[in-house]
Amino acid sequence: MSFLAYPRPDNSFGVRNHVGILSMVACANDVARWISEQAPGSIAFTHQQGCCQTKPDLDIVTRTLISLGKNPNLASVLLVSLGCESIALNEVAEGISNSGKVVEQIVIQKLGGSSPAVAKGSRLARQLVIKASQIKQRSVPDSELRFGIKCGASDTTSGLISNPATGAAVDLLLDNGGSCIIGETTEFMGAEHILAKRAISAGVHQQLLNIVEQMEKRAIAAGTDMRGGQPTGGNIAGGITTIEEKSLGAIVKSGSKPIQAIYEYGHVPEGKGLFIIDSPGREPEALTGLAAAGAQIILFSTGRGAPQGFPFVPVIKITGNPQTYKNLPDHIDLYLTPEDIVGHSFNKAGKVIYEEALEVASGKRTIAETTGYTGATNIYTLGPVI
Amino acid sequence: MSKLQAVVVNSLDNVATAMATLKTGTLVKLSEEGDTTVELREDISLGHKFSIHQIESDSAIVKYGEVIGYATRTIQPGEHVHIHNVLGNRGRGDLSKEKP
Repeated sequence: MSFLAYPRPDNSFGVRNHVGILSMVACANDVARWISEQAPGSIAFTHQQGCCQTKPDLDIVTRTLISLGKNPNLASVLLVSLGCESIALNEVAEGISNSGKVVEQIVIQKLGGSSPAVAKGSRLARQLVIKASQIKQRSVPDSELRFGIKCGASDTTSGLISNPATGAAVDLLLDNGGSCIIGETTEFMGAEHILAKRAISAGVHQQLLNIVEQMEKRAIAAGTDMRGGQPTGGNIAGGITTIEEKSLGAIVKSGSKPIQAIYEYGHVPEGKGLFIIDSPGREPEALTGLAAAGAQIILFSTGRGAPQGFPFVPVIKITGNPQTYKNLPDHIDLYLTPEDIVGHSFNKAGKVIYEEALEVASGKRTIAETTGYTGATNIYTLGPVI
Repeated sequence: MSKLQAVVVNSLDNVATAMATLKTGTLVKLSEEGDTTVELREDISLGHKFSIHQIESDSAIVKYGEVIGYATRTIQPGEHVHIHNVLGNRGRGDLSKEKP
């Protein structure tokens, strides 16, 4: 099968052709957003990091920004720096331009503050949009596709319907030679023994158990039962009782294929097949981790109806909850009925999702792209804000 | 198409998940043939679980064929199974002297 895509200089293929306006630090977020508002065709990525953090966290933020800039859905990038942040602007610019992509930069404090920065930045962004508009879509095989997989605002219909159906779509992509990224280490807890059996080597098996143990230790360090935080209040209202139940329902969205490798947050897995990015379950950080890993499309399974997409990666919302489908039309792209699926093979539902993903890859808009609900983004860090 | 009332995911499970909101007294079919039924002792919302066997206090709650937690008291067949009568084993910072 094939889809229409925008070729990039590093031989990757974008399913969108945005100019990315990447904020270097929380203090540059508003300028980045104002620039994108004045340059249609560009889109801002903002986050709460980039300054007053320990070196390991600054390294995560730096590599995540580089990886985001390299995402094939961006034709080119404008970096927006305040000027006094702890992230090195040149390092990020150089990292992204290694992919052959055009990278521009502005520094708000050097330009005389926010108003001139918006004026200069939007002028640069509009030029990048014009250049990007000359890139022509062409048909490429689906092996060039990389899915990111997420579940959020889950209830028990997620584990029984939308997650296994998503897993069947993942299997289809991997059978066709593509690649896929999963994250949400917290939601392996209680199911890691099942997932670890799919590791391609003893090393990857052990690494999987290690990342879950580290995530659990961080949760336990709070000194309370993590229930209420994970599973969330909404998960519990939807019928999920423990993290073990949530995890057992969550891992099935990764399908059934072998796990090739596990990466720390912010890295781009190389090659084809199924990869894990060590990330938390929360949407703003988890979705960013998938986009940074090079996902061009995110399949997002939801029970209770999570609203958000991502600025430059189309997010396809899939639910098996009839009440959510009926009550939250602005949050859902695909509804799978229980009667169609439960107790039966998920192949049919997986094919429905897969075909939708190829349509979206070729240009069909997702609901989150049309509502513009794409601003709830962040970068995952581990240490204190200092 | 028959309306599916509840799902038992794995033959090892001792709970079923409601696929619609079900009222007290409903005789729920647990298989398509309808030869196994459980009478609900209380209303069960869509997506929530009920016991299909008696579950003793401190014994495992099993869904997907795996342990998802343990009962904090005896749970009768047809009773709602949720946070009021189940605790998890993972991420339990409140037990951190014993775990991990």
